[in-house]
Amino acid sequence: MNFREYKIGSRMFGFCLGGSMCITLFLPSFDFRSATSTEVALDKQLSAGWETGWSVYDPLMLGANKPLKVLVKKDPKTGTDLATPMYAYVYQKGVPMPNAADHPGNLGKSVEDLSMAKGQLGKFDKSTGAVYLIKKEGDTPYVENATATMGWMPEDVVSKAADADIQHVGAGKTMFVREGCWWCHTLLPEETQDWQVFGAPPYLGDFNGESPTAFGSDRKAPDLLHVGSRNSSREWMTLHFFNPRLVQPHSIMPRFDYLWGDVDASGQKINFDQWRADYNDYRAGKRVNPPDVPAYAKNSEIRALIDFMLSLK
Amino acid sequence: MLKYLFAKNEDIPSGSAAVFFGFSAILWFVVGTGLGSFNAAKLAFPDFVTGNEFFAFGHMRQVHVLAVILGWISMAFAMAMMYITPILGNTRLWSEKLGLWNCLLWNIGLSLGLTLLWGGIGSGREYSDFIWPIDLYVALFVALPLAINVWMTILKRRVQGIYTTNWFFGAGVFMVIIVYLTGNLPEFFHLTGLSEAYLTWWFAHNVLGLWITPVAAAIAYFTIPKVTGNPLYSHRIGHLHFWSVVVFYSTPAAHHLMSAPLPEWLKSFASVEGVLILVPAIAFVSNILLTMQGKWYMFVESLEVRFTITGVLLAIPLNMQGGFQQTRAINWYIHGTGWIVAHAHLALLGFSTFLEGAAVYLGLQSLMKRKLYSLTLGNMHFWLLLIGFSTYWISMTIAGLIQGAGKIYEVPYIDVVIAEHPYMIARWLGGTLVFISNLIWLYNMWMTAREGTVIPAGRMPHELAYER
Repeated sequence: MNFREYKIGSRMFGFCLGGSMCITLFLPSFDFRSATSTEVALDKQLSAGWETGWSVYDPLMLGANKPLKVLVKKDPKTGTDLATPMYAYVYQKGVPMPNAADHPGNLGKSVEDLSMAKGQLGKFDKSTGAVYLIKKEGDTPYVENATATMGWMPEDVVSKAADADIQHVGAGKTMFVREGCWWCHTLLPEETQDWQVFGAPPYLGDFNGESPTAFGSDRKAPDLLHVGSRNSSREWMTLHFFNPRLVQPHSIMPRFDYLWGDVDASGQKINFDQWRADYNDYRAGKRVNPPDVPAYAKNSEIRALIDFMLSLK
Repeated sequence: MLKYLFAKNEDIPSGSAAVFFGFSAILWFVVGTGLGSFNAAKLAFPDFVTGNEFFAFGHMRQVHVLAVILGWISMAFAMAMMYITPILGNTRLWSEKLGLWNCLLWNIGLSLGLTLLWGGIGSGREYSDFIWPIDLYVALFVALPLAINVWMTILKRRVQGIYTTNWFFGAGVFMVIIVYLTGNLPEFFHLTGLSEAYLTWWFAHNVLGLWITPVAAAIAYFTIPKVTGNPLYSHRIGHLHFWSVVVFYSTPAAHHLMSAPLPEWLKSFASVEGVLILVPAIAFVSNILLTMQGKWYMFVESLEVRFTITGVLLAIPLNMQGGFQQTRAINWYIHGTGWIVAHAHLALLGFSTFLEGAAVYLGLQSLMKRKLYSLTLGNMHFWLLLIGFSTYWISMTIAGLIQGAGKIYEVPYIDVVIAEHPYMIARWLGGTLVFISNLIWLYNMWMTAREGTVIPAGRMPHELAYER
């Protein structure tokens, strides 16, 4: 223990590892902190909510305690028609607030200032929940707390909207993480060559408040960051998730029929064994048409996942 | 083994913890490669076992990866440390009891984490997929007890200096704790956005660079001199290897996100540092190969040397790929393709697995004082593993180049899927050979424990002739 080499060695080791951590962790943190939220980032974090990986609010990753993205056509307080329909991000009672509410500093200076001053972002009340909107002043987007500014209550927004106007994006992203979609589909068009097919790569400020980002690294299938712009057909998505080979015979995507749950839209029990038997007959040439894909129930997991897919614009 | 958990430390036979770790590692390897083979079958034949989420590719994919990294590779490391560190200090392991508890807690924690992950319950961050309570468990109840045992054994040694292998062991267990605690900061403190994305890859890079690569290399620094009888060619080059790992390997995390909107200075810095990883790589490979001078016949005759040198030779293409594929000039073509999957298997199934395999062969024979049951089965293990791995690596490299071409020429994605199909079948066959080779290995080691010829006191296993 008395050798000088110990001291020299451990000091050198601390200096080397500490130096490398300073360069790779401390210095980049200034760049990350200076990233200012874009409108895309606001939409992503408000519609997905606080966390879409594992958290204590959703320990079994069932999509519980997630916000809803609602297309509002009538003022939820007065009932009068809005001049233009707009999206509201509804955090009902018990749903954890988005990162923007708890840590407005993460929005970036200009967006934070506008959100706090004009959007009254700081005045949220966890016991009643909150409704958020994305507004713009000039080119700068900001978050408006509509519960504080206009008195829109979460339950009013949800009860006055048609089911077709409610998107379970946060729960859908939880399905995306849980089912491992990101092991094959990336959420990151590359800067060098993906523009033509998969759309524009994301900007520096497109991720503020998003967790997890789930970029994916092993692209065995098309990038999905802008999939809702390429394909907005709910019917196609339904067939494709139930059995991808129905719409793309060469696809190697797994079937996600188990996300339909036990019953279909009309409450009838889905007979999966019968469906598979009929489908095998179809593949064997014994049937002309494949069996019909059951319509999913309103509260099924597949509905949330398709809502999330179509929200990726 | 379990009967010693509550025994007095002095009453526990020397080597118990290492043997427990060794067999656990082989079992996890069988499980991990079995899952890998199953997953590969699903990529070739998507309707192979459908309709159940527990056999869905998205649920099983990362269970394979983490079973192999934290089960096979890391447990083989723990086995090697508990076997080698005392030998190099001319002493006993500091605490066999701590070692046994460590192995038990390791198996329990890993089983729990993988079961949750199989059900889809994870953080959504690649490589740090476990939920943060399990990550914390891994740092505190898996890595920390191992670190304490290694450090205390080094401190209580009965020789003057510290040999190269033990520098890497002592530093590796320290760095893996730091990497686990730092890399999971986004989960502990809910950091979001680019910080989360970057720290995910900071973890993934450093758990390979500061844990798997240096510890695997450290094993070769022991195995080759010990079995061949040649002293290490150069301790100076060993110094160069060690310090360049700490300086160069800990910095290029951003090169995993070359096409993400990270700061440009960070990407450029990471890219340059990534090329400098060739410094420790060349130092290591040349040092080991030069140590073999005059003993190359043992590459043919000794199973342990053959495994080690094969791993060292595979480090050459590994680092040539690794050094250059992350530069902007090449990365844009192969990023996110099967090329990277092939590269990852070259690192973990090629380079690292062959080195650890040698340590587990040598360690289990020495500690159980039993000669290997069958050289024939050992040879079958070696060749099936090598042929299976090569099939996998070559087919995935070709598939990756096809994907890269499809990416830059922007052909419809489904055409890439169709073109890859034969290579997906080849990958599945290669992975299945690896799985079968490990079943043979497990049987061979089990029979060694039961029926291997007893090695007389004071003799090393390689000094006895093989009998079968």
